[in-house]
Amino acid sequence: MASRGPPGARGGMNTRFAQFKLVLLGESAVGKDQFDSYRESTIGAAFLTQTISLDENTTVKFEIWDTAGQERYKSLAPMYYRNANCAVVVYDITQASSLDKAKSWVKELQRQANESIIIALAGNKLDLVSEQPDKRAVSTADAEAYAKEAGLLFFETSAKTAENVRDLFTAIARRLPLDQVGPRHSRPGQRQGVSLNPESPNTNVGGPCAC
Amino acid sequence: MDEIAPEYDVVVLGTGLTECILSGVFSVKGKKVLHIDRNNHYGGEAASLNIEALFKKYGNYSPGEEPWKQYGRVNDWNIDLVPKFLMSSGELTNILVSTDVTRYLEFKQVAGSYVQQGAGSRATVAKVPSDAAEALRSPLMGIFEKRRMKSFIEWVGTFDPKDPATHKGLNMATCTMKEVYDKFSLETTTRDFIGHAMALYLSDGYISTPGQAPEAIERIRLYGNSVARYGKSPYIYPLYGLGELPQGFARLSAIYGGTYMLGTSVDEITYEDGKAVGIKATMSGMEPEMKFETKAKMILGDPSYFPGKTKVVGHVLRAICIIDHPLDGTSDNDSCQIIIPQSQVGRHNDIYIACVSAAHNVCPKGYYIAIVSTIAEGSANHHLELEPGLKRVGKIKEQFMSAPIPLYEPLEDGTKDNIFISKSYDATSHFETTTDDVRDIYSRAAGEELVVEGLREGIQVAEN
Ligand SMILES: Nc1nc2c(ncn2[C@@H]2O[C@H](COP(=O)(O)OP(=O)(O)OP(=O)(O)O)[C@@H](O)[C@H]2O)c(=O)[nH]1
Ligand SMILES: [Mg+2]
Repeated sequence: MASRGPPGARGGMNTRFAQFKLVLLGESAVGKDQFDSYRESTIGAAFLTQTISLDENTTVKFEIWDTAGQERYKSLAPMYYRNANCAVVVYDITQASSLDKAKSWVKELQRQANESIIIALAGNKLDLVSEQPDKRAVSTADAEAYAKEAGLLFFETSAKTAENVRDLFTAIARRLPLDQVGPRHSRPGQRQGVSLNPESPNTNVGGPCAC
Repeated sequence: MDEIAPEYDVVVLGTGLTECILSGVFSVKGKKVLHIDRNNHYGGEAASLNIEALFKKYGNYSPGEEPWKQYGRVNDWNIDLVPKFLMSSGELTNILVSTDVTRYLEFKQVAGSYVQQGAGSRATVAKVPSDAAEALRSPLMGIFEKRRMKSFIEWVGTFDPKDPATHKGLNMATCTMKEVYDKFSLETTTRDFIGHAMALYLSDGYISTPGQAPEAIERIRLYGNSVARYGKSPYIYPLYGLGELPQGFARLSAIYGGTYMLGTSVDEITYEDGKAVGIKATMSGMEPEMKFETKAKMILGDPSYFPGKTKVVGHVLRAICIIDHPLDGTSDNDSCQIIIPQSQVGRHNDIYIACVSAAHNVCPKGYYIAIVSTIAEGSANHHLELEPGLKRVGKIKEQFMSAPIPLYEPLEDGTKDNIFISKSYDATSHFETTTDDVRDIYSRAAGEELVVEGLREGIQVAEN
């Protein structure tokens, strides 16, 4: 359970460490699994993490939640959206229908998630059109126009070559309210509850939590 | 959309907590699980609803009215249908930690555990003492009784069921709790709060049952250990309501490959030679609806999916109350449990009040949700049975109460027909009986004892 609290230096003199919940959505086969380059497999992972250093003193850690397939039969639990600080909605630039699906996920997020959620739209599989431009089914301009209108960050990415993936996470990190207390223990010691960890001290309400 | 597989190891019907824990455990163990619920939400009978859904469920408003609109944002409400708390050293906590489902949830302490003494206008509530020091300060006992209570609590702490030297000369195989209380010369009112507010027995049957003493002592120890864990009270509660618990275990199952289908009704359970071998079902909410059929090596589920295979073992009465003040006598705590022992109000079963508030993200600031419950004793005038509890709650803004809620148990153990049915959520204030049921179903269905410790070890994917 070590992933919950920030490792190492907890906000030393001039360092900031913020943790945020990020949810991944998109049609099947657009590349969500590959999206986080550190990801090994969906099986058995509660969620994976991605750490971005914004500058020498600021580190942002994303706790990335995969739907685990629960969206397949419209069975995504409210827990999935609960306190999500940011979302990456992925489509495949070689499949026009996947952008429609992405748009419906954006609507769903606006309905279910926090009002302040930051949403990034990712047009994935950029490497395929670099090799064969005629494979492109969604133009950059169209997707960008939609993203602008809906207030989303927008990147075309390749999860395969990692092109733009880090830029996308960095752009999200820059938009996040690093100085405010996030809704979900976004800074060290922000977790409001008790730790169920057996080794934890008896009374740690409000204190830093190691679980 | 992916096809439904032609066969599953386990088909689970209903997404109550019992079903979701089992689904999660079977998935982690590598079984192929299909999990279905006829509702569009998780939790079944034990879901947490928003205030609009709650009004609609109980139907206590006139057509055209929208009474929920005066209560702020509908989704700021997560109102439990079944009131329960987790014992902080109990088995559900153990399962949550062992399966790592704690990662998806946050828990908060329940601020106090209280017991009522007396009835009517003379009724008072006092905190249940949890250790020897608290016993000495408690207004529940006189000066000499406090000392007796202190030595009783200290003895419970040293009690070892396997070591007769700690048994005070009593034969634990046949001993009743009455004999134990007699040994310490405890007064009737003290026995009352020990048995009902610490051992959490709902009625007095435990006192005279031979051989019951070790179990009762174990329950008192669980209470004490649970209080010792975080202080204040033995209970913890998940932020956003109890409905988060089944969702957490469902996510565990999904992460290990379990398939989830809400809004899906079971049309038929198919049998071969008296054994269940599969289901026919319809998923609605899409055009056209999707009808499908699949085989299953076994079927688990809650009683509502198996009419004719269950019996009614009792009825619970429950009133969900929305209030805008803390409960009287609880030091303005943001949450509490109050137990009104049966003897104090001339009943056979205790009345429980469970209260949570905005501190648990279950309602907007300024509101509290208090649920009053008991086991039905009569066949009419049920609101009168809850009356002592409702009085204690004080001024109520909205009250939701249904007809007595039947408690079901399966008729058979499932070994004959491959159908393993859970029990309804009972009237106890915690989840210990729920996890007993989980263990019981698992051992019948899987043919081995459930060991949750280290369940995910060796299977877990490394994190960077
Ligand atoms: N060329 C190319 N292929 C990719 C890229 N990203 C993913 N893929 C491939 O696309 C296929 C589907 O990717 P997944 O990550 O499994 O898709 P998913 O979105 O997780 O799909 P579901 O789990 O079914 O919802 C795999 O074969 C990937 O190797 C990319 O950027 N470029
Ligand atoms: Mg995937």
